[in-house]
Parts: sequence; C-alpha cells; structure tokens
Amino acid sequence: MSADALIDIRDVTKTYGAGETAVHALRGVSLRVDAGDYVAVMGSSGSGKSTLMNILGCLDVPTRGEYWLDGNNVAQLSEDQQALVRGRKIGFVFQSFNLIPRTTALANVELPLTYAHLRRAERRRRATHALELVGLADRTDHRPNQLSGGQQQRVAIARALATEPRILLADEPTGNLDAQSTDEVLGMFDELNAEGRTIVVITHETEVAARARRLVRVADGRIVADEVTR
Amino acid sequence: MTPRDLLGAALRGLSANKLRSLLTVLGVSIGVGAVIVLVAVGNGSGKAVQSRLEAMGTNLLTVSTSGGGGGFARGQAGPSAQQYALTLADVAALSDKNLAPDVASVAPVMTTSGTATNGDTSYTINQVIGTTPAYLPATNTPVGSGQAFTQQDVDAAARVIVLGQTTASELFGRAQAAVGQTVKLGAVDFEVRGVLASKDSTGFNDPNATAIVPISTLRATQAGYGALSQIVVQAAGKDRVDLAQAEVTQLLTARHQVPADQTSPFRITNSAQILQTSQDTAATFTALLATVAAISLVVGGIGVTNIMLVTVTERTREIGIRKALGARRRTILGQFLIEATLLSLIGGAAGVGAALIVTRFQLAGVEPVLVPSSIGLALGVSAAVGLFFGSMPAHRAAGLRPIDALRHE
Repeated sequence: MSADALIDIRDVTKTYGAGETAVHALRGVSLRVDAGDYVAVMGSSGSGKSTLMNILGCLDVPTRGEYWLDGNNVAQLSEDQQALVRGRKIGFVFQSFNLIPRTTALANVELPLTYAHLRRAERRRRATHALELVGLADRTDHRPNQLSGGQQQRVAIARALATEPRILLADEPTGNLDAQSTDEVLGMFDELNAEGRTIVVITHETEVAARARRLVRVADGRIVADEVTR
Repeated sequence: MTPRDLLGAALRGLSANKLRSLLTVLGVSIGVGAVIVLVAVGNGSGKAVQSRLEAMGTNLLTVSTSGGGGGFARGQAGPSAQQYALTLADVAALSDKNLAPDVASVAPVMTTSGTATNGDTSYTINQVIGTTPAYLPATNTPVGSGQAFTQQDVDAAARVIVLGQTTASELFGRAQAAVGQTVKLGAVDFEVRGVLASKDSTGFNDPNATAIVPISTLRATQAGYGALSQIVVQAAGKDRVDLAQAEVTQLLTARHQVPADQTSPFRITNSAQILQTSQDTAATFTALLATVAAISLVVGGIGVTNIMLVTVTERTREIGIRKALGARRRTILGQFLIEATLLSLIGGAAGVGAALIVTRFQLAGVEPVLVPSSIGLALGVSAAVGLFFGSMPAHRAAGLRPIDALRHE
C-alpha cells in the first residue's frame, strides 16, 4: 500500500448514546484503500459495517480516530466542505435506491451535477451519457415509480457516476434486487473497476463479495479479517 | 444551483401535493384579500363622510344661541334670552374688517316653514331660509339655473325666491321650468329667480327641499322681527378658521355683555373641526379593520409554517438524499424558503386579484376606494410572511445531519 492511500481511516471508534445505554458500533477500525481497489466489506447485521460505510461516505463523523480522504482530514472540514466532498469525490449506491420520488430519471441523475454548479447544457449531456452507460437511454423521462427495481438501481448507479467521483460507495446494492438484476449491477461494478474506479461495497452476500479483489470482514465493531481474494 | 433550478425544485415540491398547497395558498390569499378590501372599505367610508362634509361648506362657522336662539316661548328666562338673541346688528359688527379681520363673509339666517302653491299644486317647504346673498357661497350652495337674489333685493325687501331642487320639481314638474314663474308662499306672491343645484344629503333631511328668500322679505311677510336663527360666518382661509372663531366669540361676548363667570351662551359649530373629527374617526375605523385583516394574514402565515413543517418531516429522507449527493446547507435552506415564499406569494397574488374584483362592488353600503399602497404592502407582507414563517421549517430541514435524514422512515 502506498503512503497516499485514497481512503485512510485510523483507529476509528463510533459510539451512539452515552453511559449505560451507549452502543459501540465501531471499536477501533483502521483501514486503507488505494485508488483502483475493489473492496467488499462483509459482516452480519449489527456488526458495524453500515456505520463504517456512513463514516467512509462523510455522512457521519467518527467519535474518535482520524479519517483521511484523498489527503484531506475529514474531521477538519466544515459542514459545507463535507457536502462538497460528498458531491465531488463519492458516489453513493443505496440498498433502497433512494431516488427522489416524482422526479424523472434524468432529473435524478442531474441532481448531483446541479449541486456541483455545472451549467444546464453540460448537466444534460453528462446525465444522458451516464444513463446511456447503464443502458437506460430510453427511460430518461420515467419516474422512479414507473421503473423496476433493477432499473431504479441502475438510475442510482448512473447518478453516482455522473459526477465522475473517485470512489463508488455501495451499501447492499443488490439487497432489493432479483438474481438477474443483481448480475447486471455486479457486471457494471466489474466494468467500472476495470476502468480504474475505486469501489467499496458493503454486503452480507458471499456472491457479491466474491466479485471484489479484497474482502474485509467486520464483526462486533472490529475488522476480523482482511484478505486479497483475487 | 441557479435560481432557476431552485425555483424548479420548489415548484415540483409544491405540485407534489396540490390540494395541500392550494389550501395553504387559500389561507394566505384570504388574509391578503381581507387587508386590501377592508382598508378599501375604511378608506371609502372616510372619503364618503369627507365629501358629504365638504358639501356643507368648508371654513364655515355656524353661530347660534344655545337654547334655540330666541323668543320667550323657548322656556328660558325672558330677559337673558332677549339679551343673547342674535341680531342683524351682530351681523353688521361681524362684517367689520377691523373688528374681525379673519372673517370673509357673514350671513344672517332666519328659518321658518311654509306652504308654497303654484296654482293647484302645493308643497310644504320644511325650511324657508331668509338670508343675504353671502349665504350661498359660504355654505357651498351654488345656483343651478337662473340666478340668486342680490343685495339690492335684500335692501328693497323684494319678493323674490330661490327654490331648492325638490321644491321646484314638486311645484313645477321640471326644476328648470320654475325660473321666472310666480309661486305663492303663505299669502304673498314671489318671483322665482333661480333654482339651486342638487345637493347630496348630509343627514336625514332632504337638503333640496328648501327655499331661500331675502331676509328682509322673510321678516316682512312671514316670520316677523324676532331673533335670528343663526349667523353663518365664513373664515378667510382654511388656516384662519380658529382665529375667526375666536374673534366671533370675543365680539359676541362683548356686544351682549356676557358676564365673565358665565359659560358662553353662543354655540359656534366649526365645519373644519367636524371634518377633522370625522376624518380621525374614519382613520381609526380603517386601522381597526386593517388590524382584523392583519390577524387573518398572520393566521395564514401560521398555515404556511404548519404545512412547511409537515413537508419537511415528510421529505426528511429526500433531504438526506440531497445532502448525500452534495447539497449544501444553504441549498436546502433556499429550496424550502423558496417553497414557503412561493406559497405566500401565490396566495398574495390570488388575494390581490380577489380584492380587485370584490372592491368593484358596494360593500355594506360603502363604495370601497382602493389604497394602492395597501396592495404593495399586502404583497410585500405576504412574501415576508413566507420568509418568516418558512424559515423555521427550512432551518430545521437544512440543519438535519445527512445520516439522520437518510435513516428517517
């Protein structure tokens, strides 16, 4: 691993609540991910893998420990700077798709580009291109409720890719999908990684984890295994 | 995010729940409409009162003796009533420019009632006024057709008469037809010199059911030589009414030797004061109506807050998604503030539109007069209401931590 890893978290703990009722979601996790890697984080429910994902995605802040993302100490960034980091460097794919309801696929994909202050024409071009990449060029004007689960997730992937982020963070991306859609999504991840995109995928399915180059196992708030699989 | 993007997002947000947005808009529009309409009604009634009072004549002082002004029959002690009776000598004194420099003109008034006949047609005139030519301009009573009598007529006690509109039309069918004709008042024939222009009613009596004759003629033929009913005094200017009133009081007090320890037996009515009082009353009335309307505007604003709070709660997850996609605090704040302001402004515009229609009609007997500034004010206030009442929910939305918002079910 090089010294300038894309993701570098050092002895991170996350505690919810205080005193007797405190829940220790993470009990000291250190993890480095280099650019271009494809990491699967596996763990059972309650192992702390979702908390890890939220911290990696700058959606949540660690209680203790440091998080260096692409050379920046996230804890020292302001709220707005964190928003900027989320918009520019990270693309999210959620288990429940999290598309904005009553908004067309194209508008959904354009949204992060809007927040990145791109001009209208450029947004339109990039969003259309991203939707072409996920094979939904003919569904741009459909609303989320007019799309199947697999299609919705592909819109979500297009949205995550539109800003050309350094990292793709996927939280149980195939959790709500049937076998065929799962294959499509995973195939897309393979291609993206082959093009050099860094992917971190949180899952509890071995089938999904098997596609990654590196497998990190989390249990009870700690990393219990970290191996290169391919 | 450009303003156009923000506006688009806000419009999509509002159209997502059309009925709810519509009802909120309705609340604001009722508030705004009420402000404009009620202020217009208050203003209209003020204007109506003002124009009625102006029809009575401005700069006008009406002097009368308290207790009715004369005669032994009025129940006052004889000598003092005699002592304080208004006379033509008083009129002459008040007309003296040296004694009363702020008085422009003075006219004595004696009134009686009588039955006028024209052949077989007869009409009972409630108010037969005996006076001098100065009376007409002072009381803002122009002659419509024909002409007024002159000072020569007064000096000669000429039997000439000027009829009010109602009197003329009752006696001669058409008011204009009366000029030059002869009318019998009591047992005396009068030549009709002119007919007064129609006057708006200032009270319960018909101001057109009158007849005016020279005071000398009235005394000689109808009323006898008792005290004057009134003296009408016109001040030399709007700002000299108070001075004129003081001079009149002083002169009359001196002439009638009113003891210093006695309250003045003369009652002086000041038309400017009445006008001022009624304008103040109208202003109070308008302020009261505006306050009531403003309350409904505030209620409408609370409706905006309520709906925006519901919206923020409902769309917490969406806010989380937007934040995950890089939306900054002020972007979220802007989106919800614009939604709230848009609700208010649409409501405001609808309220203005409704008010413009409603104020075309007479409301509760009042012709509403729009106050243009009230439209601007109501619209401005409705936008401010949106910003103010929307800011709390918007801040709540913007302050959500992305992870909390995303986890929200």
